[in-house]
Amino acid sequence: MKPALFDHVAPASIADAVAALAGHPGAMVIAGGQSLLPAMNFRLATPPALIDISRIAELKTLTVTDRAVVVGAMVRHRTVELDPAVARAQPLLAAALAHVAHVPIRNRGTVVGSLCHADASAEMPLLLLLTDGHMVVAGPTGRRTIAAADFFRFHLTTSRAADEIALEAHFPVLPAGAGWAFEEVARRSGDFALASVGVIVERAADGTARKVAIAAGGIASRPIRLTEAENALLGTTLNDETVELAAQAAAAAVTAPGDIHASAPCAASWWRRSSARPSPPHATAPPPPDRDRRRPPPARTAPPPQPPGSDRPTEEDGPDDPDPKEDGPRNIR
Amino acid sequence: MSDKIKITLTVNGTAMTAEVEPRRSLADMLRDDLRLTGTHLGCEHGVCGACTVLVDGKPVRSCLMFGVQANGASVRTVEGLADGDRLHPLQQAFWENHGLQCGFCTPGFLMLAAGALEENPDMTDEEIRDVLSSNLCRCTGYQNIVKAVRLAAEVMKAGPAPQATRS
Repeated sequence: MKPALFDHVAPASIADAVAALAGHPGAMVIAGGQSLLPAMNFRLATPPALIDISRIAELKTLTVTDRAVVVGAMVRHRTVELDPAVARAQPLLAAALAHVAHVPIRNRGTVVGSLCHADASAEMPLLLLLTDGHMVVAGPTGRRTIAAADFFRFHLTTSRAADEIALEAHFPVLPAGAGWAFEEVARRSGDFALASVGVIVERAADGTARKVAIAAGGIASRPIRLTEAENALLGTTLNDETVELAAQAAAAAVTAPGDIHASAPCAASWWRRSSARPSPPHATAPPPPDRDRRRPPPARTAPPPQPPGSDRPTEEDGPDDPDPKEDGPRNIR
Repeated sequence: MSDKIKITLTVNGTAMTAEVEPRRSLADMLRDDLRLTGTHLGCEHGVCGACTVLVDGKPVRSCLMFGVQANGASVRTVEGLADGDRLHPLQQAFWENHGLQCGFCTPGFLMLAAGALEENPDMTDEEIRDVLSSNLCRCTGYQNIVKAVRLAAEVMKAGPAPQATRS
Protein backbone atom coordinates (compact mmCIF):
# COMPACT_ATOMS: atom_id res chain seq x y z
CA MET A 1 0.00 0.00 0.00
CA LYS A 2 0.93 3.66 -0.05
CA PRO A 3 1.34 5.89 3.02
CA ALA A 4 -1.24 8.50 3.96
CA LEU A 5 -0.51 12.14 3.25
CA PHE A 6 1.94 13.89 5.54
CA ASP A 7 4.06 17.03 5.73
CA HIS A 8 7.81 16.63 5.42
CA VAL A 9 9.94 18.89 7.63
CA ALA A 10 13.72 18.67 7.38
CA PRO A 11 15.35 20.94 9.98
CA ALA A 12 19.10 21.56 9.93
CA SER A 13 19.69 21.80 13.69
CA ILE A 14 18.63 19.99 16.84
CA ALA A 15 16.94 23.12 18.17
CA ASP A 16 14.93 23.50 14.97
CA ALA A 17 14.01 19.82 15.06
CA VAL A 18 12.74 20.06 18.64
CA ALA A 19 10.73 23.16 17.69
CA ALA A 20 9.34 21.44 14.60
CA LEU A 21 8.27 18.42 16.63
CA ALA A 22 6.53 20.69 19.14
CA GLY A 23 4.88 22.64 16.32
CA HIS A 24 3.39 19.61 14.59
CA PRO A 25 1.09 17.70 16.94
CA GLY A 26 1.21 13.98 16.25
CA ALA A 27 4.38 14.27 14.19
CA MET A 28 6.96 11.50 14.23
CA VAL A 29 10.73 11.63 13.89
CA ILE A 30 12.23 9.81 10.92
CA ALA A 31 15.88 8.80 10.75
CA GLY A 32 16.50 5.73 8.55
CA GLY A 33 12.80 4.87 8.38
CA GLN A 34 13.30 1.12 8.07
CA SER A 35 10.62 0.36 10.65
CA LEU A 36 8.53 3.49 10.17
CA LEU A 37 8.05 3.16 6.40
CA PRO A 38 6.63 -0.37 6.54
CA ALA A 39 4.28 0.81 9.29
CA MET A 40 3.25 3.80 7.15
CA ASN A 41 2.91 1.68 4.02
CA PHE A 42 0.54 -0.58 5.95
CA ARG A 43 -1.12 2.57 7.36
CA LEU A 44 -0.48 1.25 10.82
CA ALA A 45 1.17 4.64 11.31
CA THR A 46 -0.37 7.78 9.81
CA PRO A 47 1.61 10.70 11.24
CA PRO A 48 0.42 14.10 9.94
CA ALA A 49 4.05 15.18 9.68
CA LEU A 50 7.51 13.65 9.66
CA ILE A 51 10.45 15.47 11.22
CA ASP A 52 13.35 14.27 9.07
CA ILE A 53 16.58 14.57 11.09
CA SER A 54 18.89 13.46 8.27
CA ARG A 55 20.15 16.98 7.59
CA ILE A 56 21.41 17.56 11.13
CA ALA A 57 25.17 17.15 10.82
CA GLU A 58 25.93 16.68 14.51
CA LEU A 59 23.70 13.59 14.65
CA LYS A 60 25.91 11.80 12.13
CA THR A 61 28.90 11.30 14.42
CA LEU A 62 30.11 7.95 15.72
CA THR A 63 32.59 8.37 18.56
CA VAL A 64 34.63 5.78 20.45
CA THR A 65 36.03 6.95 23.78
CA ASP A 66 37.76 4.94 26.49
CA ARG A 67 34.38 4.74 28.21
CA ALA A 68 31.76 4.22 25.53
CA VAL A 69 30.78 3.89 21.91
CA VAL A 70 28.60 6.94 21.30
CA VAL A 71 26.25 6.54 18.34
CA GLY A 72 24.55 9.64 16.92
CA ALA A 73 20.93 9.40 15.85
CA MET A 74 21.74 9.44 12.12
CA VAL A 75 24.48 6.79 12.24
CA ARG A 76 23.44 3.77 10.18
CA HIS A 77 23.62 0.21 11.45
CA ARG A 78 26.11 -0.73 8.76
CA THR A 79 28.50 2.08 9.70
CA VAL A 80 28.68 0.85 13.28
CA GLU A 81 28.93 -2.78 12.16
CA LEU A 82 32.00 -2.17 9.97
CA ASP A 83 33.86 0.32 12.18
CA PRO A 84 37.17 -1.22 13.39
CA ALA A 85 37.39 1.04 16.46
CA VAL A 86 33.88 0.01 17.52
CA ALA A 87 34.78 -3.66 17.07
CA ARG A 88 37.77 -3.24 19.38
CA ALA A 89 35.93 -1.22 22.03
CA GLN A 90 32.66 -3.14 22.14
CA PRO A 91 32.74 -6.29 19.99
CA LEU A 92 29.19 -7.20 20.98
CA LEU A 93 27.90 -4.42 18.71
CA ALA A 94 29.29 -5.90 15.50
CA ALA A 95 28.33 -9.42 16.59
CA ALA A 96 24.73 -8.40 17.24
CA LEU A 97 24.43 -6.09 14.21
CA ALA A 98 25.19 -8.99 11.89
CA HIS A 99 21.79 -10.34 12.97
CA VAL A 100 19.88 -7.11 12.31
CA ALA A 101 17.75 -7.68 9.20
CA HIS A 102 19.75 -7.63 5.96
CA VAL A 103 22.52 -5.50 4.52
CA PRO A 104 20.22 -3.15 2.52
CA ILE A 105 18.17 -2.51 5.67
CA ARG A 106 21.33 -1.95 7.71
CA ASN A 107 22.55 0.50 5.06
CA ARG A 108 19.57 2.76 5.86
CA GLY A 109 18.42 1.86 9.36
CA THR A 110 19.95 3.58 12.37
CA VAL A 111 20.97 2.18 15.74
CA VAL A 112 19.19 4.95 17.64
CA GLY A 113 16.10 4.50 15.49
CA SER A 114 16.01 0.82 16.39
CA LEU A 115 16.38 1.71 20.07
CA CYS A 116 13.47 4.16 19.85
CA HIS A 117 11.34 1.68 17.91
CA ALA A 118 12.00 -0.72 20.81
CA ASP A 119 10.86 -3.97 19.31
CA ALA A 120 11.08 -6.51 22.12
CA SER A 121 12.93 -8.91 19.83
CA ALA A 122 15.43 -6.43 18.41
CA GLU A 123 19.15 -6.68 19.04
CA MET A 124 20.10 -3.07 19.80
CA PRO A 125 17.70 -2.65 22.77
CA LEU A 126 19.08 -5.89 24.20
CA LEU A 127 22.65 -4.60 23.88
CA LEU A 128 21.93 -1.22 25.46
CA LEU A 129 20.40 -3.03 28.42
CA LEU A 130 23.20 -5.61 28.60
CA THR A 131 25.96 -3.00 28.62
CA ASP A 132 24.18 -0.67 31.09
CA GLY A 133 24.11 1.98 28.39
CA HIS A 134 22.00 5.09 28.18
CA MET A 135 20.18 7.42 25.80
CA VAL A 136 20.47 11.17 25.47
CA VAL A 137 17.26 12.89 24.35
CA ALA A 138 16.34 16.54 23.75
CA GLY A 139 12.99 18.22 24.32
CA PRO A 140 11.55 21.71 24.79
CA THR A 141 12.92 21.84 28.35
CA GLY A 142 16.44 20.73 27.46
CA ARG A 143 18.40 17.52 27.34
CA ARG A 144 18.24 14.53 29.64
CA THR A 145 19.87 11.14 29.98
CA ILE A 146 17.81 7.98 30.29
CA ALA A 147 19.43 4.76 31.52
CA ALA A 148 18.67 1.68 29.44
CA ALA A 149 16.91 0.11 32.42
CA ASP A 150 14.45 3.02 32.43
CA PHE A 151 14.13 3.44 28.66
CA PHE A 152 12.38 0.28 27.48
CA ARG A 153 8.87 0.14 28.87
CA PHE A 154 6.93 -2.27 26.70
CA HIS A 155 6.76 -3.61 23.18
CA LEU A 156 7.37 -0.57 20.90
CA THR A 157 7.19 1.75 23.90
CA THR A 158 9.96 3.75 25.54
CA SER A 159 10.14 6.50 28.15
CA ARG A 160 11.08 9.08 25.51
CA ALA A 161 8.31 11.68 25.59
CA ALA A 162 6.33 12.55 22.47
CA ASP A 163 8.02 15.94 22.26
CA GLU A 164 11.55 14.56 22.64
CA ILE A 165 14.08 13.55 20.00
CA ALA A 166 16.72 10.92 20.74
CA LEU A 167 20.16 12.38 20.00
CA GLU A 168 22.57 9.57 20.80
CA ALA A 169 23.05 6.20 22.44
CA HIS A 170 25.98 5.39 24.72
CA PHE A 171 27.16 1.78 24.77
CA PRO A 172 29.86 1.37 27.45
CA VAL A 173 33.00 -0.35 26.20
CA LEU A 174 33.61 -3.99 27.03
CA PRO A 175 35.37 -4.08 30.42
CA ALA A 176 39.01 -5.09 30.15
CA GLY A 177 39.44 -8.85 30.43
CA ALA A 178 35.73 -9.55 30.12
CA GLY A 179 34.37 -12.40 28.06
CA TRP A 180 31.20 -12.10 26.04
CA ALA A 181 28.79 -13.95 23.83
CA PHE A 182 25.78 -13.19 21.67
CA GLU A 183 23.44 -15.87 20.36
CA GLU A 184 20.07 -15.81 18.70
CA VAL A 185 17.49 -18.18 17.29
CA ALA A 186 15.57 -17.03 14.20
CA ARG A 187 13.60 -18.90 11.57
CA ARG A 188 15.55 -17.38 8.70
CA SER A 189 18.61 -15.24 8.27
CA GLY A 190 17.67 -11.64 9.02
CA ASP A 191 14.38 -12.36 10.76
CA PHE A 192 13.63 -10.93 14.15
CA ALA A 193 14.93 -13.25 16.85
CA LEU A 194 12.51 -15.71 18.40
CA ALA A 195 14.95 -15.55 21.29
CA SER A 196 18.29 -13.85 21.71
CA VAL A 197 20.78 -13.53 24.53
CA GLY A 198 23.88 -11.49 25.27
CA VAL A 199 26.34 -12.22 28.07
CA ILE A 200 29.25 -10.32 29.60
CA VAL A 201 31.33 -12.01 32.31
CA GLU A 202 34.22 -10.54 34.27
CA ARG A 203 36.33 -12.92 36.31
CA ALA A 204 38.34 -12.45 39.46
CA ALA A 205 41.95 -13.59 39.75
CA ASP A 206 40.84 -16.95 41.13
CA GLY A 207 38.74 -17.57 38.02
CA THR A 208 35.34 -17.04 39.61
CA ALA A 209 32.84 -14.72 37.97
CA ARG A 210 32.82 -11.39 39.81
CA LYS A 211 30.44 -9.55 37.47
CA VAL A 212 27.84 -11.13 35.23
CA ALA A 213 25.42 -9.39 32.89
CA ILE A 214 22.88 -11.39 30.91
CA ALA A 215 20.19 -9.76 28.76
CA ALA A 216 17.55 -11.41 26.62
CA GLY A 217 15.30 -10.39 23.73
CA GLY A 218 12.13 -11.88 22.31
CA ILE A 219 11.04 -13.65 25.47
CA ALA A 220 9.05 -10.85 27.13
CA SER A 221 7.31 -7.60 26.20
CA ARG A 222 10.66 -5.81 26.20
CA PRO A 223 14.34 -6.73 26.49
CA ILE A 224 15.06 -7.91 30.01
CA ARG A 225 18.01 -8.58 32.28
CA LEU A 226 18.05 -12.14 33.66
CA THR A 227 18.94 -11.34 37.23
CA GLU A 228 18.43 -14.85 38.55
CA ALA A 229 20.60 -16.35 35.86
CA GLU A 230 23.24 -13.71 36.56
CA ASN A 231 23.14 -14.61 40.25
CA ALA A 232 23.44 -18.32 39.44
CA LEU A 233 26.82 -17.62 37.84
CA LEU A 234 28.07 -14.91 40.16
CA GLY A 235 30.96 -16.04 42.35
CA THR A 236 31.20 -19.43 40.67
CA THR A 237 33.64 -20.84 38.19
CA LEU A 238 31.83 -21.27 34.90
CA ASN A 239 31.41 -25.00 34.55
CA ASP A 240 28.73 -27.19 33.01
CA GLU A 241 26.85 -27.36 36.29
CA THR A 242 26.63 -23.62 36.98
CA VAL A 243 25.87 -22.82 33.36
CA GLU A 244 23.04 -25.37 33.45
CA LEU A 245 21.64 -23.72 36.58
CA ALA A 246 21.81 -20.33 34.86
CA ALA A 247 20.07 -21.77 31.79
CA GLN A 248 17.26 -23.11 33.99
CA ALA A 249 16.84 -19.68 35.56
CA ALA A 250 16.85 -18.11 32.09
CA ALA A 251 14.18 -20.50 30.82
CA ALA A 252 11.94 -19.52 33.74
CA ALA A 253 12.01 -15.92 32.54
CA VAL A 254 10.10 -16.61 29.30
CA THR A 255 6.75 -14.80 29.45
CA ALA A 256 6.07 -14.19 25.76
CA PRO A 257 3.12 -16.17 24.45
CA GLY A 258 3.44 -18.47 21.46
CA ASP A 259 2.76 -17.17 17.98
CA ILE A 260 2.79 -18.32 14.38
CA HIS A 261 6.57 -18.76 14.48
CA ALA A 262 6.90 -20.75 17.69
CA SER A 263 4.70 -22.20 20.39
CA ALA A 264 5.57 -20.99 23.86
CA PRO A 265 7.08 -24.34 25.01
CA CYS A 266 9.01 -24.60 21.74
CA ALA A 267 10.37 -21.09 22.19
CA ALA A 268 11.31 -21.85 25.78
CA SER A 269 13.19 -24.94 24.66
CA TRP A 270 15.10 -23.09 21.96
CA TRP A 271 15.77 -20.32 24.38
CA ARG A 272 17.17 -22.68 26.95
CA ARG A 273 19.38 -24.37 24.40
CA SER A 274 20.56 -21.02 23.12
CA SER A 275 21.25 -19.56 26.55
CA ALA A 276 23.19 -22.59 27.70
CA ARG A 277 25.63 -22.35 24.82
CA PRO A 278 27.68 -19.25 25.59
CA SER A 279 30.75 -20.01 27.63
CA PRO A 280 32.76 -16.85 28.16
CA PRO A 281 35.37 -15.81 28.76
CA HIS A 282 38.09 -17.06 26.50
CA ALA A 283 41.61 -15.86 26.06
CA THR A 284 42.27 -15.85 22.36
CA ALA A 285 43.52 -13.78 19.47
CA PRO A 286 41.71 -10.50 18.90
CA PRO A 287 39.09 -10.68 16.20
CA PRO A 288 39.92 -9.07 12.89
CA PRO A 289 37.86 -5.90 12.61
CA ASP A 290 35.57 -6.84 9.77
CA ARG A 291 35.44 -10.61 9.68
CA ASP A 292 34.55 -13.46 12.00
CA ARG A 293 33.14 -11.19 14.61
CA ARG A 294 31.86 -13.87 16.92
CA ARG A 295 35.19 -14.78 18.39
CA PRO A 296 35.51 -13.62 21.99
CA PRO A 297 37.90 -10.77 22.69
CA PRO A 298 41.36 -11.23 24.12
CA ALA A 299 41.76 -11.42 27.85
CA ARG A 300 43.26 -8.24 29.18
CA THR A 301 44.85 -7.49 32.50
CA ALA A 302 44.31 -3.76 33.04
CA PRO A 303 41.50 -2.85 35.44
CA PRO A 304 38.39 -1.98 33.50
CA PRO A 305 37.06 1.55 33.32
CA GLN A 306 33.84 1.95 35.24
CA PRO A 307 31.03 2.46 32.75
CA PRO A 308 28.59 5.24 33.56
CA GLY A 309 25.36 4.12 35.12
CA SER A 310 26.60 0.66 36.00
CA ASP A 311 25.47 0.97 39.60
CA ARG A 312 21.83 0.86 38.72
CA PRO A 313 19.82 -2.07 39.96
CA THR A 314 18.66 -4.58 37.40
CA GLU A 315 15.12 -5.74 37.27
CA GLU A 316 13.90 -9.00 36.02
CA ASP A 317 10.79 -8.24 34.06
CA GLY A 318 8.09 -5.74 33.36
CA PRO A 319 4.92 -5.70 35.41
CA ASP A 320 2.65 -6.12 32.47
CA ASP A 321 3.61 -9.41 30.83
CA PRO A 322 2.50 -11.44 29.04
CA ASP A 323 2.36 -9.31 25.96
CA PRO A 324 -0.90 -9.71 24.07
CA LYS A 325 0.45 -8.09 20.91
CA GLU A 326 3.44 -10.15 19.94
CA ASP A 327 2.45 -10.86 16.35
CA GLY A 328 2.75 -8.68 13.27
CA PRO A 329 5.43 -8.40 10.63
CA ARG A 330 8.64 -9.70 12.12
CA ASN A 331 11.27 -9.60 9.48
CA ILE A 332 11.20 -5.89 8.81
CA ARG A 333 12.49 -3.04 10.85
CA MET B 1 -0.29 19.36 3.70
CA SER B 2 1.70 17.21 1.34
CA ASP B 3 2.63 20.01 -1.03
CA LYS B 4 4.88 18.72 -3.74
CA ILE B 5 8.58 19.14 -3.14
CA LYS B 6 11.15 19.61 -5.86
CA ILE B 7 13.83 16.92 -5.77
CA THR B 8 17.18 17.04 -7.49
CA LEU B 9 19.21 13.89 -7.73
CA THR B 10 21.54 11.96 -9.99
CA VAL B 11 20.18 8.78 -11.53
CA ASN B 12 22.60 6.55 -13.40
CA GLY B 13 24.94 9.48 -13.81
CA THR B 14 22.33 11.89 -15.17
CA ALA B 15 21.07 14.87 -13.16
CA MET B 16 17.30 14.68 -12.81
CA THR B 17 14.56 16.60 -11.06
CA ALA B 18 11.10 15.61 -9.92
CA GLU B 19 8.28 17.24 -8.01
CA VAL B 20 6.78 14.73 -5.62
CA GLU B 21 4.51 14.51 -2.62
CA PRO B 22 6.49 13.66 0.53
CA ARG B 23 4.72 10.30 0.69
CA ARG B 24 6.02 9.24 -2.72
CA SER B 25 8.47 6.38 -2.25
CA LEU B 26 11.78 6.48 -4.07
CA ALA B 27 10.61 3.40 -5.98
CA ASP B 28 7.43 5.10 -7.17
CA MET B 29 9.33 8.27 -7.96
CA LEU B 30 11.77 6.31 -10.13
CA ARG B 31 8.99 4.43 -11.91
CA ASP B 32 6.21 6.98 -12.23
CA ASP B 33 7.94 10.35 -12.23
CA LEU B 34 11.26 9.51 -13.86
CA ARG B 35 9.83 6.71 -16.05
CA LEU B 36 12.52 4.23 -15.03
CA THR B 37 10.38 1.14 -14.74
CA GLY B 38 13.23 -1.36 -14.45
CA THR B 39 12.96 -1.13 -10.67
CA HIS B 40 10.20 -3.49 -9.59
CA LEU B 41 7.90 -3.29 -6.59
CA GLY B 42 6.90 -6.50 -4.87
CA CYS B 43 5.82 -6.27 -1.27
CA GLU B 44 6.18 -2.53 -0.59
CA HIS B 45 7.18 -3.19 2.99
CA GLY B 46 10.82 -4.13 2.82
CA VAL B 47 10.68 -7.91 2.77
CA CYS B 48 11.17 -9.00 -0.85
CA GLY B 49 13.98 -6.75 -2.08
CA ALA B 50 12.67 -6.53 -5.66
CA CYS B 51 12.99 -2.73 -5.50
CA THR B 52 16.67 -2.72 -4.45
CA VAL B 53 18.66 0.17 -5.94
CA LEU B 54 22.00 1.72 -5.05
CA VAL B 55 21.86 5.01 -3.15
CA ASP B 56 25.28 6.64 -2.86
CA GLY B 57 26.76 3.28 -3.81
CA LYS B 58 24.96 1.14 -1.25
CA PRO B 59 22.07 -1.24 -1.90
CA VAL B 60 18.85 -0.10 -0.23
CA ARG B 61 15.13 -0.89 -0.49
CA SER B 62 13.64 1.89 -2.59
CA CYS B 63 10.18 1.11 -1.14
CA LEU B 64 11.52 1.95 2.33
CA MET B 65 12.78 5.36 1.34
CA PHE B 66 10.81 8.46 0.40
CA GLY B 67 11.80 10.31 -2.74
CA VAL B 68 12.38 13.43 -0.63
CA GLN B 69 15.02 11.50 1.32
CA ALA B 70 16.94 10.99 -1.92
CA ASN B 71 17.27 14.73 -2.51
CA GLY B 72 20.88 15.30 -3.57
CA ALA B 73 21.70 11.59 -3.66
CA SER B 74 23.30 9.54 -6.39
CA VAL B 75 20.97 6.69 -7.35
CA ARG B 76 21.76 3.76 -9.61
CA THR B 77 19.12 1.47 -11.03
CA VAL B 78 19.16 -1.61 -13.22
CA GLU B 79 18.92 0.64 -16.29
CA GLY B 80 22.44 1.86 -15.52
CA LEU B 81 24.12 -1.55 -15.44
CA ALA B 82 24.60 -2.31 -19.14
CA ASP B 83 26.98 -0.27 -21.26
CA GLY B 84 24.94 0.21 -24.42
CA ASP B 85 24.43 -3.24 -25.86
CA ARG B 86 27.11 -4.74 -23.67
CA LEU B 87 25.67 -6.44 -20.62
CA HIS B 88 27.19 -5.91 -17.19
CA PRO B 89 29.09 -9.05 -16.05
CA LEU B 90 26.33 -9.70 -13.53
CA GLN B 91 23.65 -9.54 -16.22
CA GLN B 92 25.74 -11.78 -18.48
CA ALA B 93 26.24 -14.28 -15.67
CA PHE B 94 22.52 -14.35 -14.80
CA TRP B 95 21.79 -14.96 -18.51
CA GLU B 96 24.34 -17.75 -18.89
CA ASN B 97 23.56 -19.52 -15.62
CA HIS B 98 19.77 -19.40 -15.63
CA GLY B 99 19.78 -16.92 -12.77
CA LEU B 100 16.32 -15.76 -13.74
CA GLN B 101 13.07 -17.28 -14.89
CA CYS B 102 10.15 -14.86 -14.74
CA GLY B 103 12.60 -12.04 -14.06
CA PHE B 104 10.49 -10.01 -11.67
CA CYS B 105 13.00 -10.18 -8.82
CA THR B 106 16.03 -9.86 -11.10
CA PRO B 107 16.57 -6.07 -11.04
CA GLY B 108 16.68 -6.20 -7.24
CA PHE B 109 19.10 -9.12 -7.18
CA LEU B 110 21.34 -7.47 -9.77
CA MET B 111 21.58 -4.19 -7.85
CA LEU B 112 22.03 -5.99 -4.54
CA ALA B 113 24.88 -8.04 -5.96
CA ALA B 114 26.40 -5.05 -7.78
CA GLY B 115 26.54 -3.05 -4.56
CA ALA B 116 27.86 -5.97 -2.53
CA LEU B 117 30.61 -6.79 -5.05
CA GLU B 118 31.70 -3.17 -5.20
CA GLU B 119 32.03 -3.14 -1.43
CA ASN B 120 33.80 -6.50 -1.32
CA PRO B 121 34.98 -8.05 -4.63
CA ASP B 122 36.29 -11.11 -2.75
CA MET B 123 33.14 -12.36 -1.07
CA THR B 124 33.24 -15.97 0.06
CA ASP B 125 30.38 -18.27 -0.90
CA GLU B 126 29.04 -17.88 2.62
CA GLU B 127 29.13 -14.11 2.36
CA ILE B 128 27.41 -14.19 -1.04
CA ARG B 129 24.63 -16.32 0.42
CA ASP B 130 24.34 -14.04 3.42
CA VAL B 131 23.98 -10.94 1.25
CA LEU B 132 21.55 -12.61 -1.16
CA SER B 133 19.38 -13.81 1.74
CA SER B 134 18.08 -10.23 1.71
CA ASN B 135 16.00 -10.79 -1.43
CA LEU B 136 13.25 -13.21 -2.42
CA CYS B 137 12.92 -15.18 -5.65
CA ARG B 138 9.77 -17.23 -6.10
CA CYS B 139 10.54 -19.25 -9.22
CA THR B 140 14.17 -19.67 -10.25
CA GLY B 141 15.44 -20.77 -6.89
CA TYR B 142 18.56 -19.42 -5.36
CA GLN B 143 21.26 -21.88 -6.45
CA ASN B 144 21.66 -20.39 -9.89
CA ILE B 145 21.58 -16.85 -8.54
CA VAL B 146 24.39 -17.67 -6.12
CA LYS B 147 26.29 -19.34 -8.95
CA ALA B 148 25.79 -16.35 -11.27
CA VAL B 149 27.03 -13.89 -8.68
CA ARG B 150 30.06 -16.03 -7.91
CA LEU B 151 30.99 -16.31 -11.58
CA ALA B 152 30.34 -12.61 -12.20
CA ALA B 153 32.66 -11.79 -9.32
CA GLU B 154 35.43 -13.78 -11.02
CA VAL B 155 34.83 -12.08 -14.35
CA MET B 156 34.81 -8.64 -12.75
CA LYS B 157 38.07 -9.35 -10.94
CA ALA B 158 39.78 -10.90 -13.96
CA GLY B 159 39.17 -8.31 -16.62
CA PRO B 160 38.82 -4.56 -16.84
CA ALA B 161 35.22 -4.58 -15.76
CA PRO B 162 32.90 -2.32 -17.71
CA GLN B 163 31.74 0.63 -15.67
CA ALA B 164 28.45 -0.05 -13.99
CA THR B 165 27.39 3.50 -14.66
CA ARG B 166 28.57 6.30 -16.83
CA SER B 167 28.88 8.69 -13.92
